[in-house]
Amino acid sequence: MMIRNARALPFLLAGSIFATGIHATEAEHIHASQAWIRVLPGDLPAGAYVTLENTSDQPAMLRSATTPRYASVMLHKSSSEGGVSRMAMVESLAIPAHGKAELSPGGYHLMLSKAGTPLSVGENIKITLHFADGSTLDTDFVARPANATDAGDAHH
Amino acid sequence: MPLRRTSRLAWLFALVLGAIMLGGCQRSDAIQWQLTDISGHMPDLDFTLVDDQGKAVTGKDYHGKVVLLYFGYTHCPDVCPLTLAQLHVVMQRLGPLADGARILFVSVDPARDTPEIMHAYVNAFDPRAVGLSGAPREIEALSKRYRSAFTREPDKGDGQYEVSHSSAIYIFDRDGKAKLLSTPDRPQDDLVHDLHLLLSQGNPA
Repeated sequence: MMIRNARALPFLLAGSIFATGIHATEAEHIHASQAWIRVLPGDLPAGAYVTLENTSDQPAMLRSATTPRYASVMLHKSSSEGGVSRMAMVESLAIPAHGKAELSPGGYHLMLSKAGTPLSVGENIKITLHFADGSTLDTDFVARPANATDAGDAHH
Repeated sequence: MPLRRTSRLAWLFALVLGAIMLGGCQRSDAIQWQLTDISGHMPDLDFTLVDDQGKAVTGKDYHGKVVLLYFGYTHCPDVCPLTLAQLHVVMQRLGPLADGARILFVSVDPARDTPEIMHAYVNAFDPRAVGLSGAPREIEALSKRYRSAFTREPDKGDGQYEVSHSSAIYIFDRDGKAKLLSTPDRPQDDLVHDLHLLLSQGNPA
């Protein structure tokens, strides 16, 4: 049994590498940067931002995000048309092939609410990004003060 | 022919006269604002609200300060913090002059925005920001006064809701007179330029 399994191992490995090459997941081609959270006082909902770059020939689709630190994470989009600021929930965000999508203040963002324990400025938390094909990408987001305008020097 | 020359001369005269008059006007009010000038088009600053210390305040309490009036709410995680963070940068760029200005953040969600929440919220952005809340009818009156609007969006089922609101920033001079209108998409330099001028006018220092 042992010998048979050991002999089979290289074939299994080769097989799985081969399979990965053909069916690479969306998450494998996504590079996340400038990931930060604007921390607001108390248990007010916070906005999370990140730049997603897609190195694949195929577009990728961000569907949702989760983190153990917040009970609710929603993909939102702000708009300011006709002088009125609105916020709407969106189903997904496309990251074009060999292109990027930015979640940034005043546009697409993740709305984090119902924090388990309050976030402190400077802290890093993991947010898992979920893509349309079911693949996931764990990304570290840095907590920035309320009056920050970007991810800060550390993430430039 | 002479008639034509006369009329041409008359036109030239009118043009020169017009240019002189225009020049004269500019000299008497030499300020070239970058933002939208609303002088005479919007009423003076006036309201009866509650500040973030729980104290009843009126528009007159802010006379002597240049006021930046902005409507929003604390459960707004993206646009309101972005606007307030941008205003904080503008205040920093103004240096000591900024002490002559106040950011009045008026809540369009008085049901959730108590003075305590407003206090923590505005102070997270800038020490010169004041959070104003109050009776819904007073907030509505202030919003209508500046032709602004807000709408409470339907509940998402968990008691949470969003409020759509005007993105404008109304700027008043030290006498509470409406002067300028800005929007978040305007370059920060324009705000700094105009506020610098407003704050330098009649600066007691």
